[in-house]
Amino acid sequence: MKTGIIIKREYLTRVKKRSFIITTLLLPLLFIGFSALTTYLTVKSSSAKTVKIVDDSHHFVNKIKSTKNIAFEFSLSPLDSLKNQLKAGEFDALVYVPAFDIQQKQTVNIFSNEQLGIEVENELSDQMNDQLRNERLQSAGINQQQYEAASRSTLTFENKVGQEEKKSNSAIASGISTVSGFLLYFFMLLYGMSVMRSVMEEKTNRIAEIIISSVKPFQLMMGKIVGVALVGLTQVLIWVVFLGVIFIGFGSMMTGKIDAQQATQIAQAAQGSGKAEMMQMISTTLGGINWFSIAGWFIFYFLGGYFLYAALFAAVGSLVNEDQQDAQQFTTIITLPIIFSFILMTAVIKDPNSGMAVFGSIFPLTSPIVMMARIPFGVPTWQLLTSAACLVLGFIGTTAMAGKIYRTGILMYGKKVTFKEVGKWIFRKG
Amino acid sequence: MQDNNILLSVRNLSKSYAAHKAVDDISFDIERGSIFGLLGPNGAGKSTLLRMITGIFYPDSGSITLDGEPFEGLKNTAMIGYMPEERGLYKKMKVGEHILYLAQLKGLSKEEAIKRAKYWIERLEMGSWWNKKVEDLSKGMSQKLQFVATVIHEPKLLILDEPFSGLDPVNAEVIKNEIFRLAKEGTTIIFSTHRMEQVEEICDKIVLINLGHKLLDGSVYQIKQDYKEHIFNLHLSQPAQTVPADITVLDRKENTLRFQLPAERSANDVLLHYIQQQNNILAFQEHLPSLNEIFIRLVGTTPTARPFDSN
Repeated sequence: MKTGIIIKREYLTRVKKRSFIITTLLLPLLFIGFSALTTYLTVKSSSAKTVKIVDDSHHFVNKIKSTKNIAFEFSLSPLDSLKNQLKAGEFDALVYVPAFDIQQKQTVNIFSNEQLGIEVENELSDQMNDQLRNERLQSAGINQQQYEAASRSTLTFENKVGQEEKKSNSAIASGISTVSGFLLYFFMLLYGMSVMRSVMEEKTNRIAEIIISSVKPFQLMMGKIVGVALVGLTQVLIWVVFLGVIFIGFGSMMTGKIDAQQATQIAQAAQGSGKAEMMQMISTTLGGINWFSIAGWFIFYFLGGYFLYAALFAAVGSLVNEDQQDAQQFTTIITLPIIFSFILMTAVIKDPNSGMAVFGSIFPLTSPIVMMARIPFGVPTWQLLTSAACLVLGFIGTTAMAGKIYRTGILMYGKKVTFKEVGKWIFRKG
Repeated sequence: MQDNNILLSVRNLSKSYAAHKAVDDISFDIERGSIFGLLGPNGAGKSTLLRMITGIFYPDSGSITLDGEPFEGLKNTAMIGYMPEERGLYKKMKVGEHILYLAQLKGLSKEEAIKRAKYWIERLEMGSWWNKKVEDLSKGMSQKLQFVATVIHEPKLLILDEPFSGLDPVNAEVIKNEIFRLAKEGTTIIFSTHRMEQVEEICDKIVLINLGHKLLDGSVYQIKQDYKEHIFNLHLSQPAQTVPADITVLDRKENTLRFQLPAERSANDVLLHYIQQQNNILAFQEHLPSLNEIFIRLVGTTPTARPFDSN
């Protein structure tokens, strides 16, 4: 009952804060903006370049197409005068193609004043090698259609995992693993720290003693932890709705614009490059994934991991005095396993069934992130249940321990607390 | 112990921290409706004692009886109002919200809390504060707010730890009058302080502790009687020509005389001496020691400072 009043206050004061509204709205926008910016920068990283080509082999003259960023121009001027123009900065690069035998290997030099970046080289390599291949095919009497029919890849692969032979795809599974692992990492640190700061504030503010003359310290601690958890869930819910609206809006916009004819065109174009199989595979695999089970486990590990770490963060908050410095040593101890699980996650995605992965997904300090990374690949039921049970026991354990530290720490002023003393508080009866 | 007039009874209470005994075998009784002073220097164990009475700490040994029933920590929280020495508030909350929050934690319904908060806010002339943020209040204003939050659930036992620290004289007077009024209406008040002069003015009975031990216990009047040194102040119409034998003159200034009598002698003998000399007696008063003097006399020989403060 009284814990409910505390939860309500903790929840409302946070949700009403301007910073909550700002982060909730800004974070997805920031995320979208950031990815848009990186895409834009990779596409538009290089300013438009002019590249002059001297082609003594005469295989390529006027057959190299300029791109958005690179203008290719063929020149008949002597190489030396062009080199001088290059030095004067009249254009960005000079390519010299000597006369050569198309059946042999040949090096082509690109001259430039500064580092050009990989784009020019890639573009030239693609276009010129394609040109040479076509010439070689022609001289062998093979036409384009024959070549494509012969070189098409006809084998596709499908992973069948476990006894049910569920369809799975490693790439998609690792995508889901990375995203959920990252979200858990983010939430546990962000909200855990928020609990810690709030406990520290109550202690240094000296409101704590007034509150715990009305409620048990444990009630105050749990009220805060649950209140912050609800804030986290609210934030996630807002984002899910936000995301849903974007997807639906985007989806209807797309279907509205593409008519049947365009759709077949796209399909044909895709067929040609062999992307259709890929797309179909993605859609069947996405359909094959049990989203409800993943979402369910995500919420379980989100709450379990959060409660486990929030209790520890609360205990740390109660140990800190006005001097923020000594918060550091205690915080580090708690954040280490979170960071460690994040590192472990990347290894787990590569090999989801290694011994380390199994251990990491059962040990409660690492299991939220590590198990969430394994779930999309499929995990034996006994491991899931053991991990879940360990996590529940783990958070009951850390909460009980944190409660004991918190009870003493919250009223301890002006004295630096040592690890030894904290140990004594934990094992003290009553 | 069965005395129905006793609200709180503390028996042989002890509490140790790792290094030392903060409270060592302390016992006392507090009568209903009285203002009880808990006195002692900083680090004497006052706060630890109060935290046991409020249920924040468990005693290592000893018992507490509240209103005839064994004390049960937080179950009795609605009966107790506690204003700790070091007290704070949530800075970002509004004054009204804050009072309601603390009142609800004491078990009041929201409606009841609003009603009483309004009453107190009007009573202490805090009318325009309701929507003010706590961080915008002056120190004196937040003290008033804390006082309201402490008394709003009408506790039977009100525990005030240094309630006047940081208050300006005007607001201190306001709070003091409220304390007197609550006591008159039947609230029992424990008033903890290291400022002796406040105790003489406010308290009926006191207990004096130092280094976790009880040094003194009783009514302010009785304690002064117990520690009096038979010193008198006499104001005469003319300078004293002679002094009676076997009195010790402590101070002599123009027409006034301050002297000490042996315990068995009556002051009347001295007065008679001057009456016979035709020296008119304008004022005569026994000088009783202040609590401060008694306190210094008692603890002066023992160390009062602790290696560290046990708050």
